Amino acid sequence: MEYFLELSSSGLVRGSIYALIALGYTMVYGIIQLINFAHGEIYMIGAFVALIVSGVLTIYGFSGVSILILAALIAAIYAAAYGYTLEKIAYRPLRNAPRLSPLISAIGMSLFLQNYVLLAQTPDFLRFPALIPDFEFMEPIAHIMGSAELVILVTSAISMVGLTVLIKYTRIGKAMRATQQDMVMARLVGVNVDNVISVTFIIGSVLAAIGGVLVGSYIGQINFYIGFMAGVKAFTAAVLGGIGNVPGAVLGALVLGLTEAYAAGYISSAYEDVFAFGVLVLILILRPSGLLGKAVKQKV
Amino acid sequence: MLELRNVDTYYGNIQALKGISIDVNEGEIVTLIGANGAGKSTTLMTVCGVTPPRSGEVYFMGTPIHQMPTEKIVALGLVQVPEGRRIFPTMSVLENLEMGTFLRRDKNDIQKDIDYVFDLFPILAQRRSQMGGTLSGGEQQMLAISRALMARPRLLLLDEPSLGLAPLIIKQIFEIIKKINQEQKTTVFLVEQNANQALKLADRGYVMENGHITLTDTAENLLDNEQVKSAYLGL
Repeated sequence: MEYFLELSSSGLVRGSIYALIALGYTMVYGIIQLINFAHGEIYMIGAFVALIVSGVLTIYGFSGVSILILAALIAAIYAAAYGYTLEKIAYRPLRNAPRLSPLISAIGMSLFLQNYVLLAQTPDFLRFPALIPDFEFMEPIAHIMGSAELVILVTSAISMVGLTVLIKYTRIGKAMRATQQDMVMARLVGVNVDNVISVTFIIGSVLAAIGGVLVGSYIGQINFYIGFMAGVKAFTAAVLGGIGNVPGAVLGALVLGLTEAYAAGYISSAYEDVFAFGVLVLILILRPSGLLGKAVKQKV
Repeated sequence: MLELRNVDTYYGNIQALKGISIDVNEGEIVTLIGANGAGKSTTLMTVCGVTPPRSGEVYFMGTPIHQMPTEKIVALGLVQVPEGRRIFPTMSVLENLEMGTFLRRDKNDIQKDIDYVFDLFPILAQRRSQMGGTLSGGEQQMLAISRALMARPRLLLLDEPSLGLAPLIIKQIFEIIKKINQEQKTTVFLVEQNANQALKLADRGYVMENGHITLTDTAENLLDNEQVKSAYLGL
């Protein structure tokens, strides 16, 4: 039983990280039907910025939680700038191009950003400081769920609730939903669609950067390539949940994280990816539009 | 109020509007009739800046709008009810109405306007929490008109409000359009294939064929015009 709980907790942690990244994929897809393959790289850049910031802050004598918060904040700002710029230079000029063109542009940006970090930083793994402190009150259950796991779960949960509230109740959230449902009509009620798309990229990038900081601190090392695998997994989660559907991305991510954790724990960690993608294949066969995705109706 | 001067609009290499000129004066109901594919909807989309003209000018209340982005044009009070209604399908009726107020600053009067459109179309009040996509065609058309009214338009552009609706509903909608024009002093530019109904409602009309304006006159004269009779009224 305890082993099961331990696996569940680690599965939820993975799942919530995937969810933070998957939200960016699914929101962007929902609005402009583009798979932003460079999204994983934003997550990686977030982790690198946090590493650099935490190094600098350590030199200046900051400690523990204050470093974590400041590093996450600055990483989020950088990631937002990257996300905004990415859309502006790589996707916006291709807005009316055939669908394959922005996709290729996305893959190009992904490779570019990876190699840029590779050259500007290092091809090696870098040690990432454990920024999340150990809480005393977690000690009795530390073998099931540690402080770092708790912080990851709580931070992700707050981010997702925040996003839901933003989409449901704020002016920009309503503009995002309107744009997603009918871009021409959104323009006709006065929504500046270009701004909405920029904001969508910014929000997705901020969430990914938060994920990057949390994972760096949790795993303890990062390199230029971590965005690729995380991106593929998060993309899988988004498809699993029904691409374009925000609650679906979270659900898909949790299903994926738990599947991986159980497969690694009960079978072999060598097979976790096999099971993760196996679940994807299964769901795509049984429910091609994803867990919460709606089959697209063509109304005549 | 609205002036189009020698407007040319293209989709890629295909020219949809060929040098059209249209005037709509304040307080009027003006209709644009023509067959499928004549360029009627394109005319409205060009006015709204969704498919901007390649050449020619469009003025609204004296302001040149042919190079303005759509949201700025809408902010001037030029509001379109597009063809096919384009209701936001997974927003409730109330949320759809709220989207109509997206650019309004006077948030206090919104409730009053919601009451007004619910008074025009009582069925919408009953359906207020229902998703837009689940409404019937007629209800969606009512909602689309209401959503446009929520923006407090000076000029209301209507694109085939009768499309696909039962005759009784069409009659009701045309009566409401008349009412909006008289009570709210809203100028109306109505695009229709249903030439008979449209000309009965309108003060003046334009006839469009293959991207050209071929005829313009008062609605009465157009109803009597032999050419219009045979081509559009089936007489």
